[in-house]
Amino acid sequence: MPKDNSIQSVLIIGSGPIIIGQACEFDYSGSQAARSLREEGIKVTLINSNPATIMTDPMMADKVYLLPLTPESIEQILKENEIDAVLPTMGGQTALNLCIEADELGLWEKYNVRLIGVDIQAIKVAEDREKFRQLMLDINIKVAPSRVANSFLEGKEFAQEIGFPLVIRPSFTLGGTGGGFVHDKSELDEALQRGLQASPIHEVLVEKAVLGWKEFELELLRDKNDNVVIICTVENVDPMGVHTGDSITVAPAMTLSDSAFQEMRNQAIKMMRSLGNFAGGCNVQFAIDPETEDIISVEINPRVSRSSALASKATGYPIAKIAAKLAIGYTLDELKNQITKTTSAYFEPALDYVIVKMPRWNFDKFKGANDTLGLQMKSVGEVMAIGRSFTEAIQKACQSLENEAVGLGYYGKSMMKSDELIEYIKTPKWDRIFRIKDALMQGVTIKTIVQATRIDRWFIYQIQEIVRIEKLIAQHTLENLPEELLKEAKHNGFSDEQIARILIDRCTDEDVYEKRKALGITRVYKMVDTCSAEFEAKTPYFYSSFEG
Amino acid sequence: MSDSLQPAFLLLQDGTFLQGKAFGKIGTATGEICFNTGMTGYQEVFTDPSYYGQVLIMNNVHVGNYGINPVDQESKSVKIRALIGRNLEDKFSRYKATGSLDEYLKNNDIVAIEGIDTRSLVAHIRHSGAMNCIISSEITDKETLQAELDKVPDMDGLELASVVSTKETYEVGEPAAPLKIAVVDYGVKQNILTSLAERGAYLKVFPATTTAAEIKAFNANGYFISNGPGDPAAMRYAVETVKELLEDNKPLFGICLGHQLLALANDIPTFKMHHGHRGLNHPVKNITNNRCEITTQNHGFGVNPEAVKNNSNIEITHVNLNDESIEGIRMKNKPAFSVQYHPESTPGPHDSRYLFDEFIEMMR
Repeated sequence: MPKDNSIQSVLIIGSGPIIIGQACEFDYSGSQAARSLREEGIKVTLINSNPATIMTDPMMADKVYLLPLTPESIEQILKENEIDAVLPTMGGQTALNLCIEADELGLWEKYNVRLIGVDIQAIKVAEDREKFRQLMLDINIKVAPSRVANSFLEGKEFAQEIGFPLVIRPSFTLGGTGGGFVHDKSELDEALQRGLQASPIHEVLVEKAVLGWKEFELELLRDKNDNVVIICTVENVDPMGVHTGDSITVAPAMTLSDSAFQEMRNQAIKMMRSLGNFAGGCNVQFAIDPETEDIISVEINPRVSRSSALASKATGYPIAKIAAKLAIGYTLDELKNQITKTTSAYFEPALDYVIVKMPRWNFDKFKGANDTLGLQMKSVGEVMAIGRSFTEAIQKACQSLENEAVGLGYYGKSMMKSDELIEYIKTPKWDRIFRIKDALMQGVTIKTIVQATRIDRWFIYQIQEIVRIEKLIAQHTLENLPEELLKEAKHNGFSDEQIARILIDRCTDEDVYEKRKALGITRVYKMVDTCSAEFEAKTPYFYSSFEG
Repeated sequence: MSDSLQPAFLLLQDGTFLQGKAFGKIGTATGEICFNTGMTGYQEVFTDPSYYGQVLIMNNVHVGNYGINPVDQESKSVKIRALIGRNLEDKFSRYKATGSLDEYLKNNDIVAIEGIDTRSLVAHIRHSGAMNCIISSEITDKETLQAELDKVPDMDGLELASVVSTKETYEVGEPAAPLKIAVVDYGVKQNILTSLAERGAYLKVFPATTTAAEIKAFNANGYFISNGPGDPAAMRYAVETVKELLEDNKPLFGICLGHQLLALANDIPTFKMHHGHRGLNHPVKNITNNRCEITTQNHGFGVNPEAVKNNSNIEITHVNLNDESIEGIRMKNKPAFSVQYHPESTPGPHDSRYLFDEFIEMMR
């Protein structure tokens, strides 16, 4: 059966002001959802307090309310309009929280409005650390040992019980606000106070910290018939301990075997099903012990998330658009892949490229701010780069940061000596990836870097490859730079300007460009088509690379 | 990536000629070119006997990242003829890895080529269809390569199952298990045997050319017809075996080649596909209960859909949501069923493992 025809008019809740941890990705998902519903002939009403968004353009919805995101505003809208259903999954945690508030006041029931795309119980379980933990234990999914504390004294008691290092996670906050690591007793009091204060219900989770474990995220879609697909798997280059929003991430997962991945896939599906019978998107985070491949679940978000915007761009699969269709009753097998137009929307995208997301921080504008990365997200934006190898993608990402970086390296090269660098990279900071490269340039071993950072050594091997090529280039002038080496550099994402700066003689990026053009080393354009070229794509998008 | 500076060459039957870098064994290899879109599980794929005779392109751009280990194998050796990749990695990271992809390919005498624009090559195969090819890291001259390539037989009409099948019968599982299954091995994957044995069955695995009488003598509760390489239409002997086994009216389950053989035993012809289905993301709908499954696939031949639809003795149970091809059938008058995809799914999603449960249930 296709869509549910009793739904003629839908209210979409936006995510409000742009803050760290909740930025334009929800504008993107809200806009996609509005468009997706309207093409089904459904009347879309939208509420958002932030006028500086695409979704609030008059053409995006039938009616736009620029009102504070409060239950009063919701009631006003429900009074003035015939709303059949509310879709709260497109506006991040802000929209879900407002949805719960309105539910507790009985607004949805009073105005006979259905909740679509999620259910209240699922939101409550996912956001309440203790309920989440209990549910996971019930369905045999491992979680880090933890206890919920509602007072300072309780918190201290549980901390002693669980042991250090610990994480303090306040309930119902955004982007990890108020959370933090506690490495030993001396840090505990302050972290507990801060966490309890940040939580609107004065509640924190005291949890064992799995620092150094590898972190992965899965993006799921489910329809009302309980068909589930994994749209994308994202691997965090930075191990557990750095907020996903502040991590360099890569898709598809680079260091995951099939057995470990399928275990994660099974657990993610089980977790989503355990939350309730809703149709829509879901994001699940896992940590995996690199020594044993033991997996623990970290978090589940029963909504379109920051990562689903990335996953949509990374795979070409429009998650929010499809999630909106699933919310109004379509099933995945009834819908078409939006890129090929001929194959099914019920499938799992295959990638034949590497996506690297790099966060962009603005610490230079906030002198004195603590630039150590942790549970609380600090980046103000991000770039996404696509390459036909990890080295190409990460260098393109660096070049796109709009700071001094012209590739990996050449970001105000560090004056630190190798032992200082080894010490420096132990703490996750915004420039750690550049300092890892500096350390490799100075001959620090891969083993030492892995020990200092706990970053999977596969990534360090890849950075070592960039270093190897840079050192080779540094032995040449533009004149005697061998064609093969120039080609290899371009394959590995070196920009013309980067090569010009590395070469012995002073030349410009134009000189390098002219030389490679004469040699026929030019860009090719590849498609993001959801299917690794298996099917013809009708509406793909393109990225550039070097081949041959 | 490897630090190899040795060039390697790839020549396709239609004259497409590409240069890359040598990886694995230095040498020459030929076979039919195909591609796999899966992003995990390369070692399981390389050791899958159904790939025998195939030169494989991995669409995923990094292969070898987590090395090689003795567990993730679907048979005791690498079955692909040769490997084509964009970036084949000799440096790896996994706690249980025991070696690198490069060493593994060398030890298994497998020639590989990397640095190839795999995406445009895959698009070319998608457009032009499967064809024979040659890879060499020792012959650089196109004419010599062409001469070698011309000697390679066409996959259409080629019987390969008996080559990869076990030569001797062997047993798997506990002899005291409540059920006995006779497995006819045309290139069976290890995890199919594991999937049956761990559900409480004792298996006896027979060579491909074993007669039905010998198989029946095991007095099994059910028969399993395995996956395998090559053209099913060239396997008259196997079709006869399946027909004779069906006479017993015992539960019979076929996977992939086994599915095609069950179709042939019901006079449904098979055909060579344009470029096959190989990957871990193929959408299949179980039309008996409307549930969908993401499946692992690896086949270059299929069953004729019209003939299936016109056969009054056959019911369609599963269809492919991308191209509507037949993914599963069931006989109406016998307890026999089969699927074109791989429910044991190593590598791949575990959505379809219920089929083993159903088979076991049928025998109880």
